[in-house]
Amino acid sequence: MYIMIITAAVMMALLGLALGMIIGGVARLFRVETDPRIELVTELLPGANCGGCGKAGCSDFAKSVVSGENPPSRCPVSGAEQVAAIARALGIDAGQSFPMKAVVRCGGDTRQSTRLATYNGVIDCAAASLVAGGPKGCAYGCLGMGSCAHVCPFGAIEIVNNLAIIHAEICVGCGKCVTACPRGVIKLVPADATVHVYCNSPQKGVAKKQVCKVGCIGCRKCERALPDKFKVTGFLAEVNYSSAPTAEEAGAVGCPAGCLLEEQRHLEIETHDPDWSPDK
Amino acid sequence: MKESLFTFKGGIHPQNDGKELSRNAAIKPAPLLERYFVTISQNAGKPPKPVVAPGDLVKKYQLIAAADGFVSANLHAPTSGKVKGIVEVPGAMGLAVPAIEIEADGCDETVEPLPLLDWQNLDAKTLLDRIAACGVVGMGGAAFPSHVKLSPPPDAKIDTVILNGAECEPYLTADHRLMLEHPTDVLEGAAIIGHILGVKKVVIAVEVNKPDAIKTLSDSAQKYGVEIAPLKVQYPQGSEKQLIMAISGRQVPSGGLPMHAGCVVQNVGTAAAIRAAVIDGRPLIERVTTVTGEVVKHPGNWLLRIGTPVIEAVKLAGGVTAEPGKLILGGPMMGFAEKSFKVPVAKNTSGILLLPHETAVNYESGNCLRCGRCVEGCPMKLAPALLCTAIEGGRYDLAADNHVMDCLECGSCSYNCPAHRPIVQYIRRAKAEIRKKAKR
Repeated sequence: MYIMIITAAVMMALLGLALGMIIGGVARLFRVETDPRIELVTELLPGANCGGCGKAGCSDFAKSVVSGENPPSRCPVSGAEQVAAIARALGIDAGQSFPMKAVVRCGGDTRQSTRLATYNGVIDCAAASLVAGGPKGCAYGCLGMGSCAHVCPFGAIEIVNNLAIIHAEICVGCGKCVTACPRGVIKLVPADATVHVYCNSPQKGVAKKQVCKVGCIGCRKCERALPDKFKVTGFLAEVNYSSAPTAEEAGAVGCPAGCLLEEQRHLEIETHDPDWSPDK
Repeated sequence: MKESLFTFKGGIHPQNDGKELSRNAAIKPAPLLERYFVTISQNAGKPPKPVVAPGDLVKKYQLIAAADGFVSANLHAPTSGKVKGIVEVPGAMGLAVPAIEIEADGCDETVEPLPLLDWQNLDAKTLLDRIAACGVVGMGGAAFPSHVKLSPPPDAKIDTVILNGAECEPYLTADHRLMLEHPTDVLEGAAIIGHILGVKKVVIAVEVNKPDAIKTLSDSAQKYGVEIAPLKVQYPQGSEKQLIMAISGRQVPSGGLPMHAGCVVQNVGTAAAIRAAVIDGRPLIERVTTVTGEVVKHPGNWLLRIGTPVIEAVKLAGGVTAEPGKLILGGPMMGFAEKSFKVPVAKNTSGILLLPHETAVNYESGNCLRCGRCVEGCPMKLAPALLCTAIEGGRYDLAADNHVMDCLECGSCSYNCPAHRPIVQYIRRAKAEIRKKAKR
């Protein structure tokens, strides 16, 4: 009885040993040379695979960092500390990073802008814009069907009242939403900018007013007050992000259209203030 | 008789075709309006270049925009008056498109008409030049310049000309009335097309739900050497590829053109416009349009000048009885939903359809049941269910491999779908995406 058990145990052990040696031998014979640094860098990266760096994913980016093609700072998701850690691990220069974030340049939610038709189809901005340009009165504003929110790997985009709102503290500026938006409403801006013009329509002021209460009317008040911080092209004001205005400066301008807003205020209006109107 | 009707495989039979609303309404001329907005880009291909400046005085039939290149079509003034300028009007895709605004002076003076042509003794080149000069485009919907369609490359062997009088779209009766009231215009146009292409076999295909039109055409068809082919009532019988299948039994190869099957297809309205251009020297500035729908007070058919705002056309029909739920230019199956009543009538506006809220209901769309009714209905023998699920998951490559580009967007699949899935919309989305990728 004991003999049988012992024999079985010994046989299994020998079998295991033999197979293990075969596996070990094969692994040694056919092993693929990898740079251990790639794995190290991949571990230090956030692992979101967002593609914001322009590479196929985090491990692909790690490969390019190790080969010197990209500096570690190219990763939009990693903070300064993480970038420094990668640079330290590889003994290279971290490179300069310009953190970006995405901004939806539209304030035309259901309260402020008109819908000219009932839309009855695929809930996707690109599909909707193929049907008479979508239900929205303004042909340049946010359609609010969430194609950008759908592609955001970080869940930074919320749809409130048919308008896409980007939560800046979550956004890393990978730019996926920028390519997903069929109307080009979303733009990447420096992450430290706090004031934006929430309008994207180049139409004449009168035409915009017919479809939206908060469209830029091109009055040039902002440009006159701060000529180096704002630029009005046609009927659309733009923030000069290379010398971005502060919240106080923007507040002092007193935009009559209600499209020049501080980011935090815009978020409050859309998410907490159902009665807000530019006339007040 | 029933067995001998021409048809194709697949398709659907819309139960309520809505044609009785305007079937018996004779074509009425529209009174002169104060303003016309002639959109510049009315043809497939390159838009023409405006040749008038603000303040210019123009006469009816005067050239206001000249063709820019071969695949482009001339535009002419719908009436006499003053050019106010180039303004923006709402167009398809929701974006504003440029249009020439003409303020009518009420005289409706015409320019010196082009000389009448004795077409039987002229060569194809002269006739094609005349057709191009008169800005004739396909009036069925695609607005492809007719002179391009009628000049096939020399190696193409065309042996059949098919005139499309199927009018398979529900609600539309414009072609029906045209064939019934102006049969000689259509027949003579057909004969001219046959003469240009040097083709003996010229067929006018008409669905059998228009027996009066078939009869009227048949009465004088022989005189012009034209055959009349009765078609089974089946949607999309009037689609180019299906029509060729029904009449000649030939299949247009995937990605090919009708000429690859030895055919040229023209709409009956286009034939009448070609006749007017060649024989009367009249440029294309007006067309028969059906203004219809359950909420229209007096649905009917009108001879509208291009540039007539849709709202004016609706006013002609007595306005609406209830607030419309949907505005469609063209038929309900393949027409374009519009959101503004300021859209002007173009050379390819075959119908103005106003559907009530009840008909344009918001269906909740569900998941695909794999029932296969879309496959049954597809006249192109595609598998819409497969395409739709692939596209929903973002797999445009898979859709392309399964020939999504061959889809003609007829809507038979969506019509059949018990889950009310917006299949055609998904397909249009994929086609747009694939075209964009190919351009890159």
